[in-house]
Amino acid sequence: MTKARTNASASPAVGRNMVINGAMNVAQRATSVTGLGAASGYFTLDRWYIAEGDASAGRFTMSQTADGPNGISANCLKLDCTTADTSIAAGEALILRQRFEGQNVQRIGKGVAGAKQITVSFYVKANAAFTFGVELFDEDNARQITKLFATTTDWVRHELTFAADEDDGSSPFVDDNANSFILAFWLHGGATFTGGTLNTATFANNTNANRAAGIGSFFSSTDNNFFITGVQMEVGPVATEFEQEDISTTLAKCERYFEKTYNQGVNPATETPLGADSTGGVTGNNSTGEIGSRFSFRTTKRAAPTVVIYDLAGNTPKVTRGLYGTGTSANQTGAASSQSQNSVFINSASGDNASEFYVHFTADAEL
Amino acid sequence: MENNMNIASAQYVSDMDGNNSGVQATIDGQTMSVPLDPANRHYAEILRQVEAGTITIADAD
Repeated sequence: MTKARTNASASPAVGRNMVINGAMNVAQRATSVTGLGAASGYFTLDRWYIAEGDASAGRFTMSQTADGPNGISANCLKLDCTTADTSIAAGEALILRQRFEGQNVQRIGKGVAGAKQITVSFYVKANAAFTFGVELFDEDNARQITKLFATTTDWVRHELTFAADEDDGSSPFVDDNANSFILAFWLHGGATFTGGTLNTATFANNTNANRAAGIGSFFSSTDNNFFITGVQMEVGPVATEFEQEDISTTLAKCERYFEKTYNQGVNPATETPLGADSTGGVTGNNSTGEIGSRFSFRTTKRAAPTVVIYDLAGNTPKVTRGLYGTGTSANQTGAASSQSQNSVFINSASGDNASEFYVHFTADAEL
Repeated sequence: MENNMNIASAQYVSDMDGNNSGVQATIDGQTMSVPLDPANRHYAEILRQVEAGTITIADAD
C-alpha cells in the first residue's frame, strides 16, 4: 500500500519559480556589453531586458559576473554606470525586467475571484545605499503595483509579497503565448514615472506617475554599480528558498525564446566553424546557383522567431559556400525565410561554385 | 518606452511560389529575417511603424 506523504509543505514544489534564468547562469547573446543606455533590448543574460525611456545621457555596462552569493548562484547580473546623468528629463527610465507569457502565469489566478498573492524574492547589492523599486505590471489589463527596496554593499535577500488582485472579477490573464505580466526593477526614472504617489498597497489601474515614486537613480554617479541574482516569483505569501535548477533545464527554458548554433560561451558573429549547420552535399553535385535547406531548432519557439544568419567568418547576412576537395568561400549571399516555431529555411541564391553551404544562426522569439 | 527599435529598411521576401514568406529588415543596425507572425516582437513593431506611417515595407524582388 502506498503511504501518503505527510510532509509536502516541507519540500516546496519544483517549478514554483516563474522567473526564467533567475540565477543568471545563461548568457547566450554575450556575457558583457558596454555603452548601453541609448536603446532598449536584450543584450546579455537571457530573458532579462533593459527598457529605456526617453533619451538619457546615462550609460552603463551590463555583464554576467561571477560574484553571486555563496550557495545561491555563482553568477549575478551586474550593471556598472560609466556615464552619469544628473539632469533627469521627465520621460527618462532605466528598467531591468522580465516578461511572462499569459499561459505561464495562470497559476496566479489574477483578475478573478480567488486570485493569489505573489511573492518576489531576490538577492541584491550595490556600491552604496540606494532605494529602487520592484513593479508587477499586468499587461493585459494595464494594472500595476510597486514596492521599494534598499541596497547595501553586501548581498541581502529581499522578500516582497504583493496583494492578490481580483480586479473586476472578470479580467484574467489571456491564456496564450503573448506577454501578460512583467516583473520590473526600476533603477532610474524621471518625473513622468516618479512625480506621483507610489502605488504600493494594492494593484491599481496604471498611472505612470505612481509607478516609481521614491526611487533613487542608478545614473547619479559613475561610482554606481548594481548586482542582482536569485530572482524568484511565486504564488502565495511566503518566499520559499531560491529554487535551484540544473543548467540544462534553464538553458532549455531560455531556448524557447532564443537559441544559437554557436557553443555556449561563444558570442554570435564569432569566427568559428564549431556548431555551424550545413546543407550537406554530394561530391560532383556542385553549382554556382541556388542551394537551400530547412534547419530545425533544438527547442520549439514561443512564436516564429526572427533569424539572423552568419557565415563561418561572422559576416551577416551571409553563408560560407563549400566545394568538396576545393575549399570554402565566405561572405556568400544568404537569406532566411519561412520560419515556423520549429524550423527555418535558409538559402544561398548564388555564389561561388559549391556543393553545400555552412551557416550559423540565431533565432529570437523573445517577448 | 516598450519598443524603440530603429528600423532602417524592410522588404518582403517571397517563397518559390511567389508568396510573401517573411520580411528582411535592418533593425538597430542588424539585418534580420522577420517572420509574418504578429506574435513576433519585431514583426509587431514593423506593423506598428507601418501603421504610424514612419516606414513602408518594399515589395519582394
